[in-house]
Amino acid sequence: MIDVNQFLSKTAAELPPSGIRKFFDVAAQMENVISLGVGEPDFITPWSIRDETIASIEEGYTSYTANPGLLELRQEISNYLKNRFNIEYDPKNQIIVTIGASQALDLAFRAILNPGEEVLIIEPAFVSYPALVTLAGGKPVQVGTKAENGFKVTPEQIEEALTPNTKAILICSPNNPTGTFLNKDDLTKIAEVAIKHNLVVITDEIYAELTYDEDYVSMASLPGMYERTITINGFSKAFAMTGWRLGYVAAPEALIQAMLKIHQYTTMCAPHMLQHGAIEALRNGKDQVEEMQRSYRRRRNYIVSSLNEIGLECHTPGGAFYVFPSIKNTGLTSQEFAEQLLKKERVAVVPGNAFGESGEGYIRCSYATSMEQLQEAIIRIDRFLKSLNVKQEQVAIEK
Amino acid sequence: MKLTKEELEILYILEENHRLSTGVIAKQTQLSEEKVEEIIKKLEENKVIVSYPAIIDWSKVEGQENVIAMIEVNVTPKRGVGFDEVAERIYRFPEVSSVYLMSGAFDLSVTVEGKSLKEVATFVSEKLSTIDSVVSTRTHFILKKYKHDGVIIEGKENKDRRMVVSP
Repeated sequence: MIDVNQFLSKTAAELPPSGIRKFFDVAAQMENVISLGVGEPDFITPWSIRDETIASIEEGYTSYTANPGLLELRQEISNYLKNRFNIEYDPKNQIIVTIGASQALDLAFRAILNPGEEVLIIEPAFVSYPALVTLAGGKPVQVGTKAENGFKVTPEQIEEALTPNTKAILICSPNNPTGTFLNKDDLTKIAEVAIKHNLVVITDEIYAELTYDEDYVSMASLPGMYERTITINGFSKAFAMTGWRLGYVAAPEALIQAMLKIHQYTTMCAPHMLQHGAIEALRNGKDQVEEMQRSYRRRRNYIVSSLNEIGLECHTPGGAFYVFPSIKNTGLTSQEFAEQLLKKERVAVVPGNAFGESGEGYIRCSYATSMEQLQEAIIRIDRFLKSLNVKQEQVAIEK
Repeated sequence: MKLTKEELEILYILEENHRLSTGVIAKQTQLSEEKVEEIIKKLEENKVIVSYPAIIDWSKVEGQENVIAMIEVNVTPKRGVGFDEVAERIYRFPEVSSVYLMSGAFDLSVTVEGKSLKEVATFVSEKLSTIDSVVSTRTHFILKKYKHDGVIIEGKENKDRRMVVSP
């Protein structure tokens, strides 16, 4: 017998598996599970977007498109970024349509990182970030945030993590998994450090439309930031289009042109017919996006109040569709809590440490599920906490 | 009537599901339960909220299958009362489930529900057509309901196709 493992590259062999994967395998085999573990909208893509895509297939739009995507779509993206966030990107040479925001991140890291250069990742963070940096030859440097700061990074924390090899800092607001929203002040503080130390800022704005209390400010719109910012966004969360795998990256021309070389060799272009759906989304999807926003906001308010009421302390996240309550008063680890909750009460949540060490002591609950399911989940979690004999002190809700 | 942001939000919530308890609505809106009750009461008193019916698919209930017809009615409006008087004469019949004044080729759109085709036909010919100002009627029977008041009766999309856990 040949040991096939010998054929693996060192990089692939050493890449850690996603902390979520293991949990998924257990949960997927159980019945009657209420899942608060889903990282995507519970809405189906609005019909007009699907309809436009079906029509484009019927009309025969089945060829490649230009490498950066249909110019018509890039023009719509450019208009959207200008109107919504007041940042100007030339559709001709500053925007690439990608296979989800994930590919946009991959392109960004590959375009800017020399071997061994470091990227600061604000944790808890989306599971892919460190791996993408590693795959691009860089070194991910985790900067853990604290609940008492609302999971916001402080300039001091960033400066402490800097080395002569630090190239970039990656931020994501609203954040997966904490839901933390960075307002203009928060971003300005990060921007000052970036300017002072000549860092690139990669900003993952995939949840920008799911912001509930304050207006969204885009990093690239801040003074002195445009040239050093790579803006990443997509259609997945705002328009409930996760399965379409459509995102985009916008940046200064030289960066985009470097990314475009990588993009054309690795993927050629995003699927043609789906790009037609994306055009429709940007042109006519606003009302539906707002309706979804309202629905998420209600559910966020409900789950934050309810979790605090049953004794799981959680801050009110400004965006995305996650809450990140502390489970420290149970004496269990995140992993133990999630496993026992799943086994005893059939509620799936994701252990916080799947998103980095600083997530230990927390769980991620997604509220992208129906109100009925959320209400039932709260009843079950409450019962679970009682079975653990946790002192359920009602926690005052911070606004 | 100008509504506050909170009042509007409560209307949106109730329009989607009026069976949510005031406790849940209070949490959703970050208002006190008393405040939610107060707002709902005010909206009811002002007839902004008119009623709380359920959408029922009677075709699923044995022995309760009904026949629904949408009737285009042309009428002669009367001086001083316009269409209101004849509309009122029509909507008073319990068989009538809706009456709208329409723009276009006819005047009133009247929905009539009955136990059988015959029952509806009898109503149209003996009650509706015989009203003085009614000039003509065209009756269309509903064969199948796909969507009613924004709700898809039996959609393919109700199933959650997402994975149980995803990043």
